[in-house]
Amino acid sequence: MFEIFGIPSQALFGQLLIGLINGSFYALLSLGLAVIFGMLNIINFTHGAQYMMGAFTAYLLLQHTGLGYWPALIVAPILVGITGMIVERTMLKWLYKLDHLYGLLLTFGLALIIEGVVRNYYGSAGLPYTMPESLQGGRNLGFMFLPNYRAWVIVASLTICLGTWFVIERTRLGANLRAATENPTLVRAFGINVPRMITLTYGFGIALAAFAGVMAAPIYNVSPQMGAELIIVVFAVVVIGGMGSILGAIVTGFGLGVIEGLTKVFFPEASNTVIFVIMAIVLLVRPAGLFGRRA
Amino acid sequence: MLEARGPLLAVKDLQAWYGESHILHGVTFDVQPGEVVTLLGRNGAGKTTTLKSVMGIVGRRTGSIGFEGQELIAWQSDRIARAGIAFCPEERGIFASLDVQENLLLPPVIRPGGLSLARIFELFPNLKERLGSSQGTKLSGGEQQMLAIGRILRTGARLLLLDEPTEGLAPVIIQQIGKTIRALKEQGFTILLVEQNFRFAATVADRYYVMEHGRIIDRFSNSELDANVGKLHDYLGV
Repeated sequence: MFEIFGIPSQALFGQLLIGLINGSFYALLSLGLAVIFGMLNIINFTHGAQYMMGAFTAYLLLQHTGLGYWPALIVAPILVGITGMIVERTMLKWLYKLDHLYGLLLTFGLALIIEGVVRNYYGSAGLPYTMPESLQGGRNLGFMFLPNYRAWVIVASLTICLGTWFVIERTRLGANLRAATENPTLVRAFGINVPRMITLTYGFGIALAAFAGVMAAPIYNVSPQMGAELIIVVFAVVVIGGMGSILGAIVTGFGLGVIEGLTKVFFPEASNTVIFVIMAIVLLVRPAGLFGRRA
Repeated sequence: MLEARGPLLAVKDLQAWYGESHILHGVTFDVQPGEVVTLLGRNGAGKTTTLKSVMGIVGRRTGSIGFEGQELIAWQSDRIARAGIAFCPEERGIFASLDVQENLLLPPVIRPGGLSLARIFELFPNLKERLGSSQGTKLSGGEQQMLAIGRILRTGARLLLLDEPTEGLAPVIIQQIGKTIRALKEQGFTILLVEQNFRFAATVADRYYVMEHGRIIDRFSNSELDANVGKLHDYLGV
C-alpha cells in the first residue's frame, strides 16, 4: 500500500480499473452509434435496448439451449444484428430523407417497446448470469488486484474497437463505406449496392451493441433497463467525441470512463455529472465535438 | 459494319422530373458503338439531366433507354453501372474522406476490358505523382478532373458519360483532356459528352445534338459543323 496525492493506491487503481471497464462499454456503444449515424444519418436511440437484447439473448441461450458464454459472444450479436437489419429494411429506410427528428422518435419508441416487452416477461429485478469459469479469479499485480474477467473486457473491447477503426479507415471495404457516407448517390452509380451496405452497417452497429451486452451480462445484472441507464452517458460520449467520428467514439469512450473513475476518487460528489459537465463545455467550445468535422 | 450492330445507346422519348419540375420533355437520340457524341446547349437546357437519367440518378423518368439491347428505364443506378455505363459528374465527385489511391480504386471492376492502372497513369502522368497524396479533394481542379475520369476507365464500362469535363480548367489541361478523349475513342470506348464549350467539343466529337428546354432541337455531324457555326452561335448564345 502506498499513497498518491493522499489517496491509497488501491482505491486509485481500483477506480481507474472501473473507469476503464465503463470506458470499454462506452467505447463499444458509441462506436456503433457513430458508424450508424455516419452511414444512415439516424440517431439510434434503440441502441441501449439492443445492448440489453444482447445480454438477454445470452441469458436465454444459456437457459434454453445450454449455450454458454463463449458461443453466446458470437451467436447473440448475430441474432440481435439480424433483428436490427429487419428494423432497418422495414422501418428506418423510409426516414433517411427526413429530418433527424423522425429517426430519433422512431428509434426511441422502439426502445420503449422492446424494454416494455422484456419487463413484462422477465420483470425488472434483474437476472444473474454466471461468469465463464475460465475467466473467474484474478491476479495480483503488486499494486492492485486485477480480476481476470475485467481484464478480458478491456482487451476485447479495445481489440474490437481498433479492428473496426482499421477496417473503416484502412481497407477497400472501409473506403466504400466512407465514400457512401459522403455521396451515396454517386457511389451507387459506380455499381455498388449502397442500400445493402446500409443494411449491413446498421446490423453491424447493432451487433456491436449486443456484443457489449453479452460482455456486460456477468458484471451487471441482466435487466430490461440496463441499456436505458447506460445510453444517456453514451450519447454524451458521442456528442463529446463528435457525431459520426469513429476515432472520436473510441478515444472519448475510454477517456471519459477513466475521467469518471478518477472523479470518483478525488471528488466523488461530481462523479455522476462530470461527463455532462464536459459535454456542456465541449458543446460551447467545439460544437462539432473533439474529433468531429464541421459539416 | 457499326450500323449493322445498331446503336450502343438508344434513348427514346425520355422524360424526367426533379420533384415537381418537369425537366426533360421527350429526348430522343442515339450513340453508335465507338462514337463520341456531344450534347450541346445552354445552362439549364437539360444536358446534365439527360446524363443523370441514363445513369438512373434522377427522381422520376419515363420513356426508353436501350443499352446493348437491354431496357434500362426501370433499373436502379447500381444495376445500370454494372451493365457497363460509367459516369463522371460535373462536380467531379472526388471524395474528401478518401485518399487519391482510394478514390481511384473506388469504382468496382464490373467486367473485363478496363484499362490497367499503368495505362491510366500513361494517360494522366500527374495522377501517379499524386498517388501518395492524403486527401482526394486537396488536388488541383485539373488533377481532380483527371482522377474523376481515370477512376471510371478501370471498371470495364464501355460507355462513358462525361459531364463538362473541361469546366473551369486551364487551356493546357483542356488540351490534355481532349487528347485523352481521342485516345479513349481509339481504345474503343464510346463516349457521351456534355459540353457548353463547342470549340472543345469540335476537337473530339463525331456528332452533336443541340438541346434546349429539355428537348433535342438540332443534330449534325462533325463534317457539318462549319456549315452550322452560325446556327450554333444562336443556340448557345455565344
